[in-house]
Amino acid sequence: MSALSASALLLAVEHVSLSFGGVKAVTDISFSVPRGEICALIGPNGAGKSSLLNVINGVYRPQGGRVVYDGLVTSRSAPRQAALGGIARTFQNVALFKGMSVLDNVLTGRNVRVGAGWIEQVLGLPRARAEADLHRHRAEEILAFLHIQAHRDTPVGKLPYGLQKRVELARAIASEPQLLLLDEPMAGMNLEEKMDMSCFILDINRDLGTTVVLIEHDLGVVMDISDHVVVLDYGRKIADGPPARVRDDPQVIAAYIGAH
Amino acid sequence: MDFFLEVLIGGLLAGIMYSMVAIGFVLIYKASGVFNFAQGSMVLFAALTFVSLVERGFAFWSAFATTLGAMLALAWAIERGVLRPLVNRPPITLFMATLGVSFIIEGLAQLLWGAQVHGLELGIKDEPIDLGGILLSRFDLFAAGIAALLVLALSLLFSRTRIGLSLRSVASDPLAALATGIRVQRIWAVVWAVAGFVGLIAGLLWGARLGVQFSLSLVVLKALPVLIIGGFSSIGGAIVGGLIVGAGEKLAEVYAGPVIGDGLENWFPYVLALLFLLVRPAGLFGQRTIERV
Amino acid sequence: MLLSETGQFSTCYAHDRRAFRLRQERVGLGLVLAFAFLVVPAWASDYWFSAILIPFLILSLAGLGLNLLTGYAGQLSLGSAAFMAVGAFAAYNFQLRIEGLPFLVSLALGGLVAALAGVVFGLPSLRIKGFYLIVSTLAAQFLVQWGLTKFGWFSNFNPSGVITAPPLTILGQDLSSPAGRYLLTLLVVTALFFLAGRIVRSDLGRNWMAVRDMDSAAAVIGIPVARSKLLAFAVSSFYCGVAGSLWAFTYLGTVEPHGFDLNRSFQVLFIIIIGGMGSILGNFLGAAFIVLLPLLLSNLGGSLLAGVIDQGHIENLQKILFGLLIILFLIREPDGLASLWRSLRARARVWPLRA
Repeated sequence: MSALSASALLLAVEHVSLSFGGVKAVTDISFSVPRGEICALIGPNGAGKSSLLNVINGVYRPQGGRVVYDGLVTSRSAPRQAALGGIARTFQNVALFKGMSVLDNVLTGRNVRVGAGWIEQVLGLPRARAEADLHRHRAEEILAFLHIQAHRDTPVGKLPYGLQKRVELARAIASEPQLLLLDEPMAGMNLEEKMDMSCFILDINRDLGTTVVLIEHDLGVVMDISDHVVVLDYGRKIADGPPARVRDDPQVIAAYIGAH
Repeated sequence: MDFFLEVLIGGLLAGIMYSMVAIGFVLIYKASGVFNFAQGSMVLFAALTFVSLVERGFAFWSAFATTLGAMLALAWAIERGVLRPLVNRPPITLFMATLGVSFIIEGLAQLLWGAQVHGLELGIKDEPIDLGGILLSRFDLFAAGIAALLVLALSLLFSRTRIGLSLRSVASDPLAALATGIRVQRIWAVVWAVAGFVGLIAGLLWGARLGVQFSLSLVVLKALPVLIIGGFSSIGGAIVGGLIVGAGEKLAEVYAGPVIGDGLENWFPYVLALLFLLVRPAGLFGQRTIERV
Repeated sequence: MLLSETGQFSTCYAHDRRAFRLRQERVGLGLVLAFAFLVVPAWASDYWFSAILIPFLILSLAGLGLNLLTGYAGQLSLGSAAFMAVGAFAAYNFQLRIEGLPFLVSLALGGLVAALAGVVFGLPSLRIKGFYLIVSTLAAQFLVQWGLTKFGWFSNFNPSGVITAPPLTILGQDLSSPAGRYLLTLLVVTALFFLAGRIVRSDLGRNWMAVRDMDSAAAVIGIPVARSKLLAFAVSSFYCGVAGSLWAFTYLGTVEPHGFDLNRSFQVLFIIIIGGMGSILGNFLGAAFIVLLPLLLSNLGGSLLAGVIDQGHIENLQKILFGLLIILFLIREPDGLASLWRSLRARARVWPLRA
């Protein structure tokens, strides 16, 4: 890997292996994601995709290999360090704060950007007030961007599923991340909702310049929006490349259709 | 050395008494996921009812049967009045509901039978017996034997009967059990009834030891650290936890008491449990869950 | 229409952040405060001050302390009374050992010591969760009670461990009369409630709620989970500690460790269950309920049922009633009296029209 290409890379997963008490989830996986790209992780259920995301943002510590993010080795970091470093993510099963309003959920996403301490905020000192205005302004922009201003004060537990997914995306981009990890952002959606979500992802990638790594089962969507596809099967990488090439790869076809 | 052994074994035997309360707790936690703070008041209620019946001229077995009937009625009432309306609520809510249940049971027990202290005689003399130079309490040995029988009976119930099978399936996944046609709510009632029975046995033993009075409901506070050490969902864990707490408490009382002052048996089990937790956050026998996000 | 929002637009984010956004709410709050500070002291009897108002205010404050920890940050505690005891005995010792220390300062210092104790017993929360955590708070409960009884130094070697309130003077004003003690309590409680209202609206408050609702997700989006939990223990214990000092100094006058036993912790827990978890106002409602219900019952029992049942039975009946109420609230109104208040408020917005 030359120095030139290294600086263009935002994320490099190098020989990562992960197991849970002897059960191998991920075996010796390597792939890299250049800045500004949309990279899709696909593969059958149980292929280790979510585990891999959890390794990237520090929830799990891999037994082997390492993750290089933005030029730094991060395989030992905790999730909070990953978030501070600019990695945001959404979850397969919506993981919102159910008792809080949409606005408050989005504001929690801004916490990595908060400078004023809580005592300053409670006392209402000028710096804290100015900062609170700024965060609110950014949150409002995001609510507008994802068309959810109307639900600003609704407790998220009361929103329909499709909107909850969108609020989760809003919370993730509220931190202004460099790298956005999306775990099945379109699971359980109908065609129309999937189209909306695809547009949001493309907009985030294009307008905000955010690099995206996403897991998705709908191959149609994956082929349409991603620049680069990584295919996993039984915890191993079986293909890696542009969508068109991956689609015709005999090993990928075998994994999906089960042909020999 | 003999003295040390005597203290240790005395503590272990006392610990079995804690385990008896903890077992009732484990049963309920396993089957319905409820952290039942009312287990202590169930012990009190059972002992108080039994002793009051005996004082009113009931024979041992008829008093036992009547009390058991009362415990079953109590279990049914709790399932109907508390568990069923609170189904699918967060565990913390159910826990607080059992706090309410414990208040009701304690108030009811004393309203019915009065607040005075009753003596309870099971016909076992609490005289020391000499085993190879070590003095042991006959009563404690008797209690340990009863506990062993109880555990044996429970494990037979779980492994050999249809109800045991349904029970295990409800414990592992209530929704799936419901889908296969098991009447989950009936199982809950059964489990609470069995826990009531265990409470009755524990109540008799504890009552015979301390006298039957209000403070009996406080044994729940001794059972808590036992559970923490053993894990909430393992009967074996409850036994081992009881032994550890009983022995630890006795040893601390005898050896550390003179140094830092007496009365440490109130908090020592908790500190012990905390130390265990810091090493094994899910208890000795609890399963460690892998957090999925 | 009573709470009409017509014409009251927020023109900047600062306005929108206010706890009392509507003019009517602010006027109402002003009236309540004026009533409590000006009308009540002139009108209420000593019995009202000593038996109802002062304990009501202090228990509201203790409820608020636990509510910050359990209702907002989601950490269950059965040790509130322990932190009340730490606050009371610490404040007492500051008064005793530092010549001329102003009363309010020793109150705050007592709270800080309690906060420290809270952090110590909150440390296990970094590793253990849920029910396992009550073991830590129960350890606090028993250990503190034991320590305060065992070591005479804490109670200045009083043989029965009783501490006695110092004379209550602030800026030369003697506040030892019932009305004076009421005003002092009211002042402290009001200030701390306003502070709590600001804390739960700050980022810290949001972090607490995030940890409560889903701590694994909170960690992933970068919320400092450990720090938030420990701060919840610290702030909560500070509140409980101040409440404990007030309990000792402005309510009872004397107090022993036994006055802060497990039953007191339960009492505080019931306040937040009945009042409403995750609510600031609910603590007042819950405390009012807890203080008034027994009085009502014993008066009722004294007049209506005189001779039929004795005092001991009334106590048992009261226990049963509390148990039933707890369960009833959990089933019917899990968000407590505060949620009744919220629906009332929603009605007032459209009254006299109907939605």
